[in-house]
Amino acid sequence: MTIKLLNALLTVVYGVGAALILYWALNKLAEVLPDKVEARIKPYFYILPAYFAISVYLLYPAIQTVINSFQDRASEEWVGLQNYTDLLSSSNFRDTLFNTLLWILIVPAATVVIGLAVATLADRLRPSTEKLAKTIIFLPMAIALVGAAVIWDLVYAVRPESQPQTGLQNAIVTALGFDPINWLQESTLHLNSLLLMLVLLWAQVGFAMVLLSSAVKGVPIDTLEAARIDGASERKIFFQVVVPQIKGTIITVFITVLISVMKIFDIVFVMTRGNFNTNVLGNEFFTQLNTNFNNGAAAAVVVMLMVAVIPVMFYQVKHFKAEEANA
Amino acid sequence: MTQQPSSTVAAATPTADERDKRGKKSPAHFDANPAKAGWATKLVLGLLCFLWLVPLFGTFITSFRTVQAADSSGWWTFLGSLDELTLDNYRRALQGSDMGPGLINSFAITLPATFIPLLVAAFAAYAFTFMEFPGRDFLFLAIVSLLVVPNYVAFVPMLQIYATLDLNGTFPAVWLAHIGFGMSLAIYILRNYMATLPGTVIESAKVDGASHFQTFWRLVLPMSVPALAGFAIFQFLWVWNDLLVALMFIGPGENAPVTQKLSELKGQFGQGANLTTAGAFITMVVPVAVFLFLQRFFVRGLTAGAVKG
Repeated sequence: MTIKLLNALLTVVYGVGAALILYWALNKLAEVLPDKVEARIKPYFYILPAYFAISVYLLYPAIQTVINSFQDRASEEWVGLQNYTDLLSSSNFRDTLFNTLLWILIVPAATVVIGLAVATLADRLRPSTEKLAKTIIFLPMAIALVGAAVIWDLVYAVRPESQPQTGLQNAIVTALGFDPINWLQESTLHLNSLLLMLVLLWAQVGFAMVLLSSAVKGVPIDTLEAARIDGASERKIFFQVVVPQIKGTIITVFITVLISVMKIFDIVFVMTRGNFNTNVLGNEFFTQLNTNFNNGAAAAVVVMLMVAVIPVMFYQVKHFKAEEANA
Repeated sequence: MTQQPSSTVAAATPTADERDKRGKKSPAHFDANPAKAGWATKLVLGLLCFLWLVPLFGTFITSFRTVQAADSSGWWTFLGSLDELTLDNYRRALQGSDMGPGLINSFAITLPATFIPLLVAAFAAYAFTFMEFPGRDFLFLAIVSLLVVPNYVAFVPMLQIYATLDLNGTFPAVWLAHIGFGMSLAIYILRNYMATLPGTVIESAKVDGASHFQTFWRLVLPMSVPALAGFAIFQFLWVWNDLLVALMFIGPGENAPVTQKLSELKGQFGQGANLTTAGAFITMVVPVAVFLFLQRFFVRGLTAGAVKG
């Protein structure tokens, strides 16, 4: 244990030290050059490590992944579109696509709506109470999704009818006189997928709430007062005065949650391994790579994710340019 | 389309100063806003908070119960058998299931994976904010568009590269990956924050003969503490709580972090909920402590960088 600790400590010191020395050396290198060259080259020295990291871990792999997706399972022979046709012709994979779509349609919208509701309602509490309520809702953000999966397993747990239920939900169901339900295996109407989404909502609503709350507090009081003097109802004030003024933040939160939902992996992997028709693209990727050892199919799954992300990417750039123009 | 008055755009993108004032002013916001919580609002929020805490509370109780108790009755019955509560689950999870070494691994992974991207991104953000160079706008737009690229792209190619470098399973393999994955968000947030710093201060430092390197360390970094702290906490939570990157680049073995140990524990057939819940609490104690103590900085940093975008 002590050796383990020392080893870990040394590795950390080496890693952090190396990063510091890199910048010091880059700066020294720039300073030896003639002044004119130094001024011209220094900005590039400052951004070089960042772009190196991005190139190695995002740009090059993105290209390589596209190439891999047209190759066989060991990335040795070209197979054309076969990975794609194999995947798309499998009904399991089409279910996976549909499930991912359900996540995308439901979770970001629900997160924004609940987050905004909590932010708006909590804004009316006394500051100390507001802080407590917000801390409670925000807390799961600090918990790993693996941890969240364990926590919610206890809510969804099922025991045979003859035994006392250990899961909260089934305890309620049986107390009401019904048979216990095996929640995570019940795929009628995608009930189990919805229950998995609930775990992500529990984990993420706080994030949306914090950002939206700061935007709600930024709405000038006089615009609210003006609406009130005009006799607008609270509901009308919310939808016609508050919401339009915080639209920018709503969009930001929506996109952020959308991106994380597209990549969702941990909850499905830990709670159902994608069985019982709960599979999503993130988990399918992992299965293809680590269970089937099929680089080609795994890469094809990622390419589909990338294609789905492209519209969001364009929107993001457009949104950013508009904000910059306003700044 | 509703017409947006120009003042609302300004309200959506406040400067750092405005934001700080607003934060401090929030009690005034409460006083000035006549909309106060009625009983219905309080009831809804109270119920929501209750629902949010119940699963957590049940997990907490279960982690102190015996196998027999956890397997044969609901956690809500624990008051009837208080004498059966035990610390044994934590001992077993830490030692028998290797979560103790897992904690050390998590620190060894998370600390550099938080610090290094912060340093690298701060330099880049400084260059983007305070230096003029050809290609600047294009390079920054590239960062913005890369914000949404899923990190899944990296796994297959990087596993192949790591295999030739013999890096798979080591700490640096994960650090480097997290540096790459977190970089665009870090640059984005820090640059947005630095753009709100008063340019005159940096100008006068230049006039006084300070080099960029000095201005960066002595002036810009200290002034950017809110955004740096915000991103640091965000990245710390992200890396500590990550499972996928660890599964990919570390895999099962002596260097696995706690999240992976917990996932393995849960995957073992027949593990009682008493043990996995103890494992869950061991996994979450550090990030939750970080979160609760540093929540103020976290929220300020998040809103500083993100409410803008």
